Amino acid sequence: MWFFSSDELEIKEMAKDFALKELKTQAAIHDEDETFNINAFKKMGELGVLGLTAHEDFGGSGLGATHATIVMEEFGKQCASTTLSYLAHSILCVNNINSNGSLEQKKKYLPKLISGEWIGAMGMSEPAHGSDAVGIQTKAEEKDSHFLINGTKMWITNAQYADVVYLYTRTGVEKKNLSTFIVEKGTPGFSIGKPIHKMGMRGSPTGELVFENAKVPKDQLVGKVGDSIYHMMKNLDIERITISGISLGIAKACLEQCIQYAGERSQFGKTIGEFQLIQKMIAEMSTEVAMMESFLYSTAKEYDRGNRSPHLAAQVKLAIPKMCTKIALDAIQLHGGYGYSREFPLERYLRDNKLNEIGAGTNEVMILIIAKQLLKHSKI
Amino acid sequence: MNHQTSFQSAFLPTEFHTEMRSQLHKFCSDQLEPLLEDDDEKEIFRPEIIAQLGELGVTGMTTSEKFGGQGLSLTDFCEALLEIAKCSVPYAVTISVSTMVQSILENYGSEEQKNRYLPPLASGKAIGAFCLSESGSGSDARSLKTSAKKVSGGYILHGNKMWITSGGVAKTYIVMARTDNPQRPNESHISAFIVEDGTKGLSFGKKEKKMGWRTSPTREVIFDQCFIPDDNLIMGEGKGFHVALSALDKGRITIGAIAVGLSERALEEATRYALFRQQFQKPIFEFQGLQFMLADMNLDYECAKILVQKAASLYDAGVPHPKISSMAKLKSTDAAMSITTDALQIFGGVGYTKEYPMERMMRDAKVLQIVEGTNQIQKSIIAKEMKKEFSPS
Repeated sequence: MWFFSSDELEIKEMAKDFALKELKTQAAIHDEDETFNINAFKKMGELGVLGLTAHEDFGGSGLGATHATIVMEEFGKQCASTTLSYLAHSILCVNNINSNGSLEQKKKYLPKLISGEWIGAMGMSEPAHGSDAVGIQTKAEEKDSHFLINGTKMWITNAQYADVVYLYTRTGVEKKNLSTFIVEKGTPGFSIGKPIHKMGMRGSPTGELVFENAKVPKDQLVGKVGDSIYHMMKNLDIERITISGISLGIAKACLEQCIQYAGERSQFGKTIGEFQLIQKMIAEMSTEVAMMESFLYSTAKEYDRGNRSPHLAAQVKLAIPKMCTKIALDAIQLHGGYGYSREFPLERYLRDNKLNEIGAGTNEVMILIIAKQLLKHSKI
Repeated sequence: MNHQTSFQSAFLPTEFHTEMRSQLHKFCSDQLEPLLEDDDEKEIFRPEIIAQLGELGVTGMTTSEKFGGQGLSLTDFCEALLEIAKCSVPYAVTISVSTMVQSILENYGSEEQKNRYLPPLASGKAIGAFCLSESGSGSDARSLKTSAKKVSGGYILHGNKMWITSGGVAKTYIVMARTDNPQRPNESHISAFIVEDGTKGLSFGKKEKKMGWRTSPTREVIFDQCFIPDDNLIMGEGKGFHVALSALDKGRITIGAIAVGLSERALEEATRYALFRQQFQKPIFEFQGLQFMLADMNLDYECAKILVQKAASLYDAGVPHPKISSMAKLKSTDAAMSITTDALQIFGGVGYTKEYPMERMMRDAKVLQIVEGTNQIQKSIIAKEMKKEFSPS
């Protein structure tokens, strides 16, 4: 890829090797058993990828969206589940603390999160507030020495393993009075609810967080009361770009499997790759992958250059996961009966990818963000 | 008995259909639905459900009353399958395949074969399975390798069949195998045999691990030098492929009905949820984006349903129309995939969890595009029929 610098190519090679070694063989097992590949996670810490975007002063690498997305793609290609947990840790938690935390907060939390000693999570969504994220109801009441937090968070990746949670709460009645906290495991009043059994991404633990008069010290407030909207704006873009990287990895895995199978499987006395309907599928799949790759990395680089217009990341998040679902469906189809069997990875690729059309902002919300941004100055 | 044959009344529900669907709906929601979340996760099949559906007259619907069936039309059977598929696609498929086995026996079997095998299958106390595919022959079914060598009194059947729905739980298997062709000693042709469960040399591979249809056991069926008596050959040597093709023609329509049932359920669930779920202080149905999605889903479902009804009507009227059956299968299964995917999307995060049936419905939809002739093969068939229609005779 002409647009990758030599250090980007280096990180790509490193991520690819790691994924082949640590993620590939375990992926089907974790999917079948709904278990988390914690070994691989700890090794990611040793590899130094858990804080790619965090400042070097705290053990991070000081890199940008492009590097992070490259790693997400290579990891996602072998095991989307573990990569999703990796994303929740490194982008939703670590990157947020790095961007918005105070110096003391960064010193306290980042080193152990980046080494892999601690696992991080982010709590935004609630049972009654998904797309309407700003409407969240988990309350934080200011007391003399602490904040008292009450409410439930839903869909939280890494819930069952999290040592640290980057949490969004409501501190006032006006819609946008939301505040952010860093909450530690073991905080009295904070517990983990039941695990959520999912269609795919089964190797990524998802659960509820329950706050019942949880006491969180005042020095764990991030920024000032009412700052959450500002924090959200700063992080959602890189979240959307990196999760699209996971989808791109999945799409590439599908394409590679299809090319291989089309050359191996014979029917009617020839390889199925000789039939035009199969050729059509492969040609279209490959073209779509090429388009997505250029679009994704071009947008990631725009982001790294400082262009933070929200519609850019939203475009990528709108186009890529949806295109990948179609690719995964066709990849199953190309493999016929074998594509439907769990002995082959194709059906897992589909089940895993579907989540990316929903999490980090649904396709539908992306449409609204793009339209709103573009029509901002018109008289509509 | 109410036979549905005219094209006009195909679009209007008869009292019989309404009553039957209501009865099946009650059975499915009371007895079957509560089991499905857990059974799907654990891959549990319950033969007693088939027996209970047999008591409701569903397992031998198109088989003659003489042999314990209901003697109803394909259109009637499609209505029943549609209703069952709304609850569980795998149980609908199990019945569809078992019925296909009965059709083969009724249309091509001898009187002794019919008397012996049809009644238990029609009652639902026994299940039928159909063995055509092998690991090396899916779309190219004709290239199958399982062989049946003529010996005194019967045949020695040897080979492996793959992807067999109800493999290991069926009592009666219809098996396509290659027999020598005395007219052309260098060629073989395909013959159809009835194989009973318990035949010496018959065994089963492990249950296949599949993306969906998890409550329907799919297994490899292994024939290791099985002796099959002459009495169990269907029609005559070399007639097997004709038997298989006619079964598949009807099978395409029934799979179409199942796909339509699945689409109907997905559409109902998604619409109700969109009217109920609030976000940004109003039901999400109020947002145009969702209205467009639901409108498109409903349109797709109606088109699929009409094609399936047309195919079933033509079949019942005795008018062969392979192009329409192919189109019914192709359209309805593509629609089911797209509708179940969009229905999950409308449910957002909860659609992705196992607590709601949406993700199971999407997983169950995919293989409908593959079985009974892949949708790619269906396109080839349609093109072939078009060539016949448009070529100068």
